[in-house]
Amino acid sequence: MLDFLIAIVTFTAIYAMVSLGLNLQWGQAGLVNLGQVAFFATGAYTAAILTRANVPFLWAILAAAALAAVLGALVALITPHLREDYLAIVTLGFAELVRLILLNEKEIGNGPNGINAIPQPLHGVAGANYPLLFALLTLAALAAVFLFNERLRGAPLGRLLRAIRDDESVVASIGKSVLAFKVEAFSLGAAMAGAAGAFYAAYLTFIAPEMFTASVSIYVLVAVLIGKRGSNFGTLLGAVFVSILLEGSDFIKDYIPFGTGVQIAAFRIIVMGAVLMLVVLARYRTMVES
Amino acid sequence: MTTELLNVSMPELETRHLVKRFGGMQAISDCNLRIAGGSITGLIGPNGAGKSTVFSMISGFLRSDGGEIWFKGRRIDGLPAHRVARLGIIRTFQTPHELRELSVLENLMVVPRSQFGESLAGLLPFGGRRVRKEEHEIEERAIAVLRTVGLEHHAQHRAADLSGGQKKLLEIARCMMCNPKVALLDEPTAGVNPSLINDLMEVIRVLHNGGVTVVIIEHNMNVVMRLCGHVVVLDRGAVMCEGTPDSIQRDERVLAAYLGSPP
Ligand SMILES: Nc1ncnc2c1ncn2[C@@H]1O[C@H](COP(=O)(O)OP(=O)(O)OP(=O)(O)O)[C@@H](O)[C@H]1O
Ligand SMILES: [Mg+2]
Repeated sequence: MLDFLIAIVTFTAIYAMVSLGLNLQWGQAGLVNLGQVAFFATGAYTAAILTRANVPFLWAILAAAALAAVLGALVALITPHLREDYLAIVTLGFAELVRLILLNEKEIGNGPNGINAIPQPLHGVAGANYPLLFALLTLAALAAVFLFNERLRGAPLGRLLRAIRDDESVVASIGKSVLAFKVEAFSLGAAMAGAAGAFYAAYLTFIAPEMFTASVSIYVLVAVLIGKRGSNFGTLLGAVFVSILLEGSDFIKDYIPFGTGVQIAAFRIIVMGAVLMLVVLARYRTMVES
Repeated sequence: MTTELLNVSMPELETRHLVKRFGGMQAISDCNLRIAGGSITGLIGPNGAGKSTVFSMISGFLRSDGGEIWFKGRRIDGLPAHRVARLGIIRTFQTPHELRELSVLENLMVVPRSQFGESLAGLLPFGGRRVRKEEHEIEERAIAVLRTVGLEHHAQHRAADLSGGQKKLLEIARCMMCNPKVALLDEPTAGVNPSLINDLMEVIRVLHNGGVTVVIIEHNMNVVMRLCGHVVVLDRGAVMCEGTPDSIQRDERVLAAYLGSPP
């Protein structure tokens, strides 16, 4: 039971980092991103490859974040005017592209077989308590991401991103490059997903392309949508909800008499879809009313 | 004599043979405007004449389909909007574009460029003091501007909650906050409570006295007469005539254009 709790805390912290990245992009700057999993995967693969080459974990996290940030900037720059509708399509397509490359390029991560035996940081230090140590490391990283986002939200930079979200023509009319700020916000959000990917790889010690499907992007989208738009705390709660739904259903299946694993897996996708629809409907109504 | 010649031959802002099409519709055809530095120029004309479209092209929000735009001896057509704004040409919007979720004060505080607080370095722990100092200065200036337009009591309100007229005042306030060289004001008095129009004209005079060239689109002829030194009449996308407010008011073609009958 305790093991399970530690596992769920670790997963939640990782998902929360990915979600906070999306919250920076969408919640603050209004940038749609349906392919956050691409940056998560980029980070996971980068860190996996580097740590296997004996690069220290801390450097691997930074490299994972940096590469994800660069890719994020590229995606932002190739999207015409970073318009909402184009962004939705480009990010969705980009995530699929990344997954297909990982699946088919044997050179990068052994194609469908993925990368295994990924080293874990500080392994052997804590012995049997290692999962707890790793959970604490992940929570520390989450705290850093959360504090950064909160600081940004309260800073003039956050104010400007919200101005862009409200009406970018105003921001252009006062002489500020909307494009530059959007690229910056998108890139930062991608970096957070990249860093989370590094923890994901180290936690599982095994990664494969099948773990990085579009559903991950949807899960983090749900986490962000549940909270009040732009609220980092809301996103955190959203991430807790989503990971309990995701991981908790695996746990419950041993205790409930009905339903096979497959049925429960299908069930949680239905629940996720229903939550997404409810949230979007509620949002839509408040939007129409205002 | 020489200075007058210089003024005539070197307007601060000029459009030459400007053309804009929307699909098959020619909204602007061969529009030639010459705006003298330091003037208040009125741009008038019937609905749909293309006045706002000209502003959008000058300010870089719309790409022209032909012709040139010059500012202080420099060609500016083709520049993106934010680059035009950096040259000091600031437009306001006919329908107010307030930043809805921001407070009225924040609507002005986003204006100053290259704020340290808007850089990533400003987020670092040791950046805090510098950002606070900068914010303090910006806030003081923003409040001073709000005071000139009479919105200081609404500083903390959400901009979306302002009335239509107050939003128009906020448009002007944002323009003032930009320290413009040229202010392109698109119907600043439309929707503003008539009792406030005198104050609003005073605000525009203050702006002008600060050395700003003002171009103002305006349907209220009373405002045009009292404010503008020069009036340009636009009709069906081209300049129909121009001159002093008095001469324009007496021009029969202007009357005809407004009434919709052929000149
Ligand atoms: N984005 C657009 N797409 C298509 N047509 C447009 C667009 N903007 C303006 N028009 C058309 O171009 C013409 C000129 O419009 P514009 O808004 O410049 O007129 P205006 O002189 O400002 O009128 P008003 O006094 O009503 O504000 C109108 O016929 C308008 O319908
Ligand atoms: Mg107009």
